[in-house]
Amino acid sequence: MAELRVNPTRMELKKVQARYVTARRGHKLLKDKRDELMKKFLEVVRENKELRERVETSLARVHGSFSIASATASPQMLKEALILPKKEGKLEVSYRNVMSVTVPVFSLQVLSEGGADGYNYGMAFTSGELDTAAWELNSILEDMVKLAELEKTAQMLAEEIEKTRRRVNALEYIMMPRYLETIKTIKMKLEENERGNTTRLMKVKDMMLAQQMQQAQTHAADEVSSSSI
Amino acid sequence: MYKIGIIGERDSVMGFMAIGFSVHEASDSETAAKILHGLAKDESYAIIFIVENYAKALAEDIARYKDLPLPAIISIPGRAGSDGSGMAAIKSAVERAVGADILFKE
Repeated sequence: MAELRVNPTRMELKKVQARYVTARRGHKLLKDKRDELMKKFLEVVRENKELRERVETSLARVHGSFSIASATASPQMLKEALILPKKEGKLEVSYRNVMSVTVPVFSLQVLSEGGADGYNYGMAFTSGELDTAAWELNSILEDMVKLAELEKTAQMLAEEIEKTRRRVNALEYIMMPRYLETIKTIKMKLEENERGNTTRLMKVKDMMLAQQMQQAQTHAADEVSSSSI
Repeated sequence: MYKIGIIGERDSVMGFMAIGFSVHEASDSETAAKILHGLAKDESYAIIFIVENYAKALAEDIARYKDLPLPAIISIPGRAGSDGSGMAAIKSAVERAVGADILFKE
């Protein structure tokens, strides 16, 4: 593991230690965030899957009835029948905050106009299949809007989880080991310096002692020689 | 007040007029791409449904809007029936988030 290139001083050691502590705290927080996001995501995605299955089967039925309807009526007539929706949905969008991810919430208000039957055409020129298709579509409208909301939420949460996971891993496997390594290196260098210093002092002390001894010896020798004369 | 759009070939999308969707017919995927970008830029659309065969062809274009809150671009099965690409999208979201498919494995 490549450590950071810093001067092995006490000052740098302090700095790197502080950064390590911050990284550790950030790592813990991000890990918690990831876990909570994952929990929310799995809830959403399960619901999403069920809803999609339901909508897809309903849509298959709609397309089935609609195919028959379009086979029995001319395209112009069909278009004419459908072009003015009787049921008009008012779609409002609000936003929800899931673990600091902004996801849309769709709410559909159905404004029904006219009769209660919900068909926007007369019965005279269209077939019963068209009624079935229109009725079925009406009934899954809300599910489709809900599906859009859930699917969008799932996509956005997935993106956020991916990002968070990457950050967690970068901290855990790159940044934190690198800081630790650097701290270790600096400490070792400092200790080495310390030892170097001690040996140097000891050496100097030895040298001084030797010098003193020699001086004492020459002094003594001088005295002996002067007294003998 | 937002609108719901739907893009697909004529037969698959016409019925949605009846429930007040804004229907956009596209006869090929290039037209569909143009319409899609047009609708996505127009901020009055909150949801854009797109029929599966086009959704598949335009996967890259759709991915551009994946991380924005609006619009939600959702693929739905067309007249030919579901080819499973809608489910595949959920699956890929799970794989993206979890790193493995934990929802669909039997």
